[in-house]
Amino acid sequence: MKAAVVTFPGSNCDNDIVRVLSEFYSAKVDKVWHKDQFSEKYDLVILPGGFSYGDYLRSGAMAPFSPVMKSVKEHTDRGGKLFGICNGFQILAEAGYLPGALIRNRNLKYVCRTIGLKKASNSNKISGSLADDKILRVPVAHGDGCYFASAEIRKQLKEEGRILFLYAGDNPNGSLDDIAGICSPDFRVAGMMPHPERAMNPITGEMDGKTVLDLLIAS
Amino acid sequence: MFIARINVTLKESVLDPQGNTVKSTLHELGEKAVQDVRVGKYIEVKLDSPDLETAKKTVANLCEKLLVNHVIETYRSEIVTE
Repeated sequence: MKAAVVTFPGSNCDNDIVRVLSEFYSAKVDKVWHKDQFSEKYDLVILPGGFSYGDYLRSGAMAPFSPVMKSVKEHTDRGGKLFGICNGFQILAEAGYLPGALIRNRNLKYVCRTIGLKKASNSNKISGSLADDKILRVPVAHGDGCYFASAEIRKQLKEEGRILFLYAGDNPNGSLDDIAGICSPDFRVAGMMPHPERAMNPITGEMDGKTVLDLLIAS
Repeated sequence: MFIARINVTLKESVLDPQGNTVKSTLHELGEKAVQDVRVGKYIEVKLDSPDLETAKKTVANLCEKLLVNHVIETYRSEIVTE
């Protein structure tokens, strides 16, 4: 597998995802600076977590206009997969790849803890194969993670099986309908607030992030 | 030269946790007259436009492209001559 991880000014989880892709999936991973464009055909492009452009104006507002996003568009037009984690999810929403917006956490607190994730429906091509009662333990770390979209959009997401994951029990940011991540109609573009790459360490035994990435990569 | 004063606020339908927090603190201060608080942001843009009409169009364009996220926000603007 060939993957690209984009680094924006302020990205800080780029190396983490590069490490897990190389280590657990033997992927050939290139880091791409946001000012650059790429012509190589990647299987997967990842927009990592962090604080692109300092979260100024709105989280993820500036990144859609970085030159690299032209190549990202060509990549998805070719049918390549695109994942956004945390700030990457905010960027995908701001760029219009995914509907809705990520707004300030309802309790105004920056949350940094491990939460539970579960699938939303069997019809999601990525997470649908998880057992109904399976709860994955994955960390979150964000201030603007409350998923907002109109009732019609949320209904549509539900009907089309496009809700990637739901928070199980503990909703850390007040996301509407407990939505932790969503995907595009063809399931090739996916965004989520939790950080699977932070729960992939055999030494600590925290490996549920690998289940998440396995699903995303296998889909 | 024109100066655009743009006020961006969350739409009425979007929960404003900052506004709610400020409201409850004002209530704690005894300001019972306060019914609601919305916290927004103020953006000032200096424009080199030939006339007011062009400046207005430019501002609408800036808000459409970047300054306002229309999923959650709304804005009002005024343009003054420097």
